[in-house]
Amino acid sequence: MINLREKKALLTGASGGIGKAVARELIAAGANVCLTGRNEEELLKLQNELGDNADIIIADLSDHANIISLVKEAEEKLGGIDILVNNAGITKDNIFLRMSDEEWNDVIDINLNSTFKMTKAVIRGMVKRRYGRIINITSVIGVAGMAGQSNYSASKAAIIGMSKSLAQEVGSRSITVNCIAPGFIETNMTAGLSEARKEEILKSIVVKRLGLPEDVSGAVSYLASDSASYITGQTIHINGGMLMI
Amino acid sequence: MSDTLEKVQAIVVEHLGVEAEKVSASASFIEDLGADSLDTVELVMAFEEEFGIEIPDDAAESILSVGDAISFIDSVKK
Repeated sequence: MINLREKKALLTGASGGIGKAVARELIAAGANVCLTGRNEEELLKLQNELGDNADIIIADLSDHANIISLVKEAEEKLGGIDILVNNAGITKDNIFLRMSDEEWNDVIDINLNSTFKMTKAVIRGMVKRRYGRIINITSVIGVAGMAGQSNYSASKAAIIGMSKSLAQEVGSRSITVNCIAPGFIETNMTAGLSEARKEEILKSIVVKRLGLPEDVSGAVSYLASDSASYITGQTIHINGGMLMI
Repeated sequence: MSDTLEKVQAIVVEHLGVEAEKVSASASFIEDLGADSLDTVELVMAFEEEFGIEIPDDAAESILSVGDAISFIDSVKK
């Protein structure tokens, strides 16, 4: 049983499918969690469900000025941050030849730049306290690529590279930096896929089903725990065997 | 010996685990005192806390020695 009692966690993208499952998992393991996201209604519902150990902060990460104040507020509410889960992410798919600068920039900005800014804002405190867990949610697409998702795959691959470099810089301070790369998980992000597309994807998934958010969240709490202190700079692939690294 | 020098010395001794005699104004954190680049960031954070000041990133990058730290701190405290 994973024990995160007394640990303080900040989670972005908490109103999404994977975000909610991660929030439930961290709370169940005993952590105090600050949940952020754009969807106030969903976050309030989640907070109601999770009880006193969950705080919420409504924030739009596309406005980077929000990030500094968001982290400050979370640090005040929690009394420091031990665990940061960078989970917020968007897609704006288009084939490369038609991809606009705006589609490219928006995805890079939310997925990659906000991860950099969040992590930079949080890591000072971790360095000072000589403890930290940074967990970045990336994607199988960042490793394998996917037609129509060059912006998304670039952002997710970049997070993996960033994590490896950062892991090398802060390892001596007992801070680990890891990624989780989910495959096709049943969330709003994949709900828009056509049935035909889903059928096709299923053919490549060895366990013959799409993943559930709960298939991902267990790895987050494991990486956040003291049991994972010797794991850093790694990417855990949770994809039902559709890509074997 | 100035008050700033004394406080800076104490912080450096505590953070880097070096002997106080080595922490002269001319001592470079990295070359003379064995700090790594992350240590220098931590030292700057400790100075900010001790002296109640903010040291912006571009100024922090030019603080390479005990003397650099003291002159920066004295310049903002005035």
